[in-house]
Amino acid sequence: MPIDLSSLKSGDDLLKRGFAKMTKGGVIMDVTTVEQARVAESSGAVAVMALEKVPADIRMAGGVARMADPMKIKEIMEAVTIPVMAKVRIGHVSEAYTLSALGVDMIDESEVLTPADPHYHINKKEFKIPFVCGARTVSEAVRRIFEGASMIRTKGEAGTGNVIEAVRHMWAVNTGVEMIKSADLDDLAHMASRMSLPYLREKELVAEEVYGDKGKVDLKSLFYGVGMEGIEASILEVLKEIKEAGRLPVVNFAAGGIATPADGALMMKMGADGVFVGSGIFKSRDPNEMAKAIVDAVENFEDYEIIGQVSSGLSGMPGIDVEHMGEDLKLQNRGW
Amino acid sequence: MRIGIIGYQGDVSEHAEILASMKRQYKRDIEVVLVKSRESLMSVAGLIIPGGESTTIFRLLKEYSLFDAVAERVRSGMPVMGTCAGLILISRDNPSDRVRSLNLIDAKIRRNAYGRQGESFIESLDIDGIGRFDAVFIRAPIIESVGSNVTVMAKYNGLPVMIRDNNVLGLTFHPELTKDARIHDYFMDMIGRRGYVSIAKREWYVADLI
Repeated sequence: MPIDLSSLKSGDDLLKRGFAKMTKGGVIMDVTTVEQARVAESSGAVAVMALEKVPADIRMAGGVARMADPMKIKEIMEAVTIPVMAKVRIGHVSEAYTLSALGVDMIDESEVLTPADPHYHINKKEFKIPFVCGARTVSEAVRRIFEGASMIRTKGEAGTGNVIEAVRHMWAVNTGVEMIKSADLDDLAHMASRMSLPYLREKELVAEEVYGDKGKVDLKSLFYGVGMEGIEASILEVLKEIKEAGRLPVVNFAAGGIATPADGALMMKMGADGVFVGSGIFKSRDPNEMAKAIVDAVENFEDYEIIGQVSSGLSGMPGIDVEHMGEDLKLQNRGW
Repeated sequence: MRIGIIGYQGDVSEHAEILASMKRQYKRDIEVVLVKSRESLMSVAGLIIPGGESTTIFRLLKEYSLFDAVAERVRSGMPVMGTCAGLILISRDNPSDRVRSLNLIDAKIRRNAYGRQGESFIESLDIDGIGRFDAVFIRAPIIESVGSNVTVMAKYNGLPVMIRDNNVLGLTFHPELTKDARIHDYFMDMIGRRGYVSIAKREWYVADLI
């Protein structure tokens, strides 16, 4: 008896999450030119992220970072045969539809760019193209999955060459997943309502201003026509999926500060499905060697002889201390 | 029996989970081995090359000296199943200079031939000896032509999407992404009988649906 497709939760979901699964165990590299994209492909990258500037340069330049020039993205799409992803600003639906029309394989709704919408992320369910989104905690990951993200990555702290924030976020996601695994149904329902609260918060502020009473929010429509009950119910479904699978129901990569082969291996050892490397490759002295070395280390993350060999003679990008960085300078604080 | 999955990159755990579910539900005698070295390759009775990025898997097979070793074992009779990227790797040739094929089945492949991710799709196929099967195509390749030794088991839009030549089975889609284990079970039969069995109609079970 074949599967009745109409009975599947969503054929689209299967395709979107399936695409992300094909990148597992791989390295996705930030590239800003056709030449860099070719280096990434020949080094064994599973996909490239087409960008105007790598995060370290975005950080340096300041100002507003937006979706890359479509012409540049197109050139990169024509230059390589591996999948091409590109970033949009948080909440910028129009940038997302533009990239979708351009035909990129996946969209990254990314805190590395300057957010466009201070209230909400994109409703990713309405897109045929899959999305990857950043997360610092399991709650953020769950909200993004509820909104339709087909892949999660830790936010880390992009452009720093400092892995501590990626580790912090991977640990937080893993620890949260453990708690969900051991929770009973009542606990899950409680978690679901807590995780749904931020969708309410944004409108409460307006109700406070308009009525002088935040309790007057219309609970029937909070996020793209979905009310509080609907949000809680959908988030509960995501939590049940996590409990059953013992992990996030979508692929979970590490990102934000990975600068060496050993950094990549560390994130894999923590349970990442793969890694994004932003500035770490093309801000290093020898991008070609660094790109290959990170791929080798990720594929053999517990073979320390290989990691030693591939790391020999490499020089990583200069790093930035994050512990004493002002909160306003941290890209990870963008989005909720 | 020990079933290997090339374990570098791609949807390795999805294949492993389907095999594990067959072991649980149908008491198939299966031990899954992730193949990343020649030693582990030598220990398995059959091999799956998963979906993933063919350029990446190709580079890693070369780098870790598995490229020729896989070809040697398959030529001496070990059954192999390639899904999507895996099929590109086992085929006779493909026009891309980024991936070299192992030439284990006489088929000419074109990578990403349906287009980009936006063109990915799910289609119900009629597979010889298996029946209706909902197939997930993700940035799938096209099989442009096959040699006379090759049996076409399923077609989509007039082109082969599932092919077999003795101990070599190739699919342009991803049976590992659904929970329907019939294709994996078919492959188990190929291994159980050393791969040299004619394709005959038989009763198939269906694993629980998603």
